[in-house]
Amino acid sequence: MASLLRTFFSVILFLLSVMFTPAQAQLRVEISGVGASQIPVAIASFANEAMAPQQVTAIIRADLERSGFFKIIDAGRVITEETPVNHAEWRSKGADALVVGSVQRLSDGRVEVRYRLLDTIKSVSLSGLTLTGQPQRTRLLGHQIADDIYEKLTGVRGIFATRMAYVTRAGREYRLEVADADGDSVQVALRSNEPIISPAWSPDGTKVAYVSFEHKKPVVIVQNLVTRQRTVVANYKGSNSAPSWSPDGSRIALALSRDGLTQVYVTNADGSGLRRLTNTYGIETEPRFSADGQSIYFTSDRSGGPQIYRMSVHGGHAERITFKGSYNISPRVSPDGKTLAYISRREGGFNLYALDLTNGQELRLSDEGRAESPSFSPNGKYLMYATGSGRRGALAVVSVDGRVKHRLTTRAGDIREPSWGPFMK
Amino acid sequence: MMKHLKTLTLLLSSVAILSACSSTKLDDKAKVDDRSGADARSVSTVNTGSDALNDPKGVLAKRSVYFGFDKYDVNSEGKQVVEAHSKYLNANKGRKVVIQGNTDERGGSEYNLALGQKRAEAVRKSMSLLGVSDSQMEAVSFGKEKPKATGHDEASWAENRRADIVY
Repeated sequence: MASLLRTFFSVILFLLSVMFTPAQAQLRVEISGVGASQIPVAIASFANEAMAPQQVTAIIRADLERSGFFKIIDAGRVITEETPVNHAEWRSKGADALVVGSVQRLSDGRVEVRYRLLDTIKSVSLSGLTLTGQPQRTRLLGHQIADDIYEKLTGVRGIFATRMAYVTRAGREYRLEVADADGDSVQVALRSNEPIISPAWSPDGTKVAYVSFEHKKPVVIVQNLVTRQRTVVANYKGSNSAPSWSPDGSRIALALSRDGLTQVYVTNADGSGLRRLTNTYGIETEPRFSADGQSIYFTSDRSGGPQIYRMSVHGGHAERITFKGSYNISPRVSPDGKTLAYISRREGGFNLYALDLTNGQELRLSDEGRAESPSFSPNGKYLMYATGSGRRGALAVVSVDGRVKHRLTTRAGDIREPSWGPFMK
Repeated sequence: MMKHLKTLTLLLSSVAILSACSSTKLDDKAKVDDRSGADARSVSTVNTGSDALNDPKGVLAKRSVYFGFDKYDVNSEGKQVVEAHSKYLNANKGRKVVIQGNTDERGGSEYNLALGQKRAEAVRKSMSLLGVSDSQMEAVSFGKEKPKATGHDEASWAENRRADIVY
């Protein structure tokens, strides 16, 4: 009896240890494509950068390489922001730009990074920054410098310091996680034994709305990432799902079945002031505000199969947007309002497509056949989506022209439902 | 260890006895002398297991309605399940059900959630037409998020195109 009990408890202990072993936190990145033209940039080692917990230039290099728009040249030596530079030397090495800098520890324990971006063709300084932060935020300082380099050399705001939210599943546990755009610095926002889907960032990046099944049915919850405060935005009779924020963060569009089949509604961000926008005997779901906040794109099966439509934020007449293929779902509008991304089923496979709303041209951006949950980077240059290729879910990133590609995988298990966060102030 | 178990057993049994005592209702209005009515020595049996819902071989044991591929209407097989539960709910107004719609794994999670809702709603509407009160039913959807069959084949997909009636 006693030995049986002991065996029983040791099994329990073993199971507990398996359950609570921290999963491989960092996501693995595989790059599989580069931009049409790449700007050659030389990156010098920063003076004293070994004193910070992470090597700042390694972070900058990885960011710029992953973006697909740069060819990195290793400068092979330390150059500080104050060292006189022979521009001709770097021109002859093929570099159009040179990144130099230094790191120091301030007396209050913070890390300070100084950096300078030099245009070797014009022999001028393009930019320079002094950034400070707690040592554990060193990665963020690296991402912010990479953002500055990206913006100064391409004219487009960088997205390396942005974050993403996604859902992982390992065993019975579902987690809503937040990570840097490179898959590092993973933080768990929510653990649950029931599914979590459709995370959506508030425009200021402090909250995430999502659908949780913790009440044995889908309920829409807004969670403040900083304070952990959770607000039930929609828990009406039936199913509550598909939240998306208005550009000013004051309202949430969502799909409810409280009056029968799934229809599109809009509510204030605190759950008050609910208004119904669609009135059909079919399915109306996945509402998304346009960038200017004046219209809502959504999925409707009013023509038979699911297609994407657009209507005013006040409801009323809806205009059909997609016509190719019999199954088009998950509309996402680019930040400039000119491109619509969605998932389309063609020849049995589900792939990511981008439609140029100005000329009607459609581009297929994935080929694995199991794409889901697309989301635009806040600068509109990339799309992230979930892909089921292989046995486990993975995340993929593709540039809107389809040329740059990389994948993010985790050893922890399944990963899905990605949502790219906004620029942070 | 064993000693603790004994103490626990003793404790639990005394709690059981105590609660049995307290649940014996005293009828203040009973007339002590009345011998004119029913035979005071007759005993009528109350059987707590007689709820038809608990009969594993009864018609109510079937609680799933299956749907064909891309189908959202209750078929003849499903109608029998719906009719049996409607009859029970009409006779037992105090009982409530949640109808949980499900889909197979193919397609987007939100659109599948809406499709699962369509199945749950079809069952709810059928029961409503058979007289079941709206306050006794809620139709919800799990979409493709909680598959009963976890395979990636036609047999698993067929099993997951389903609405469950849950009491």
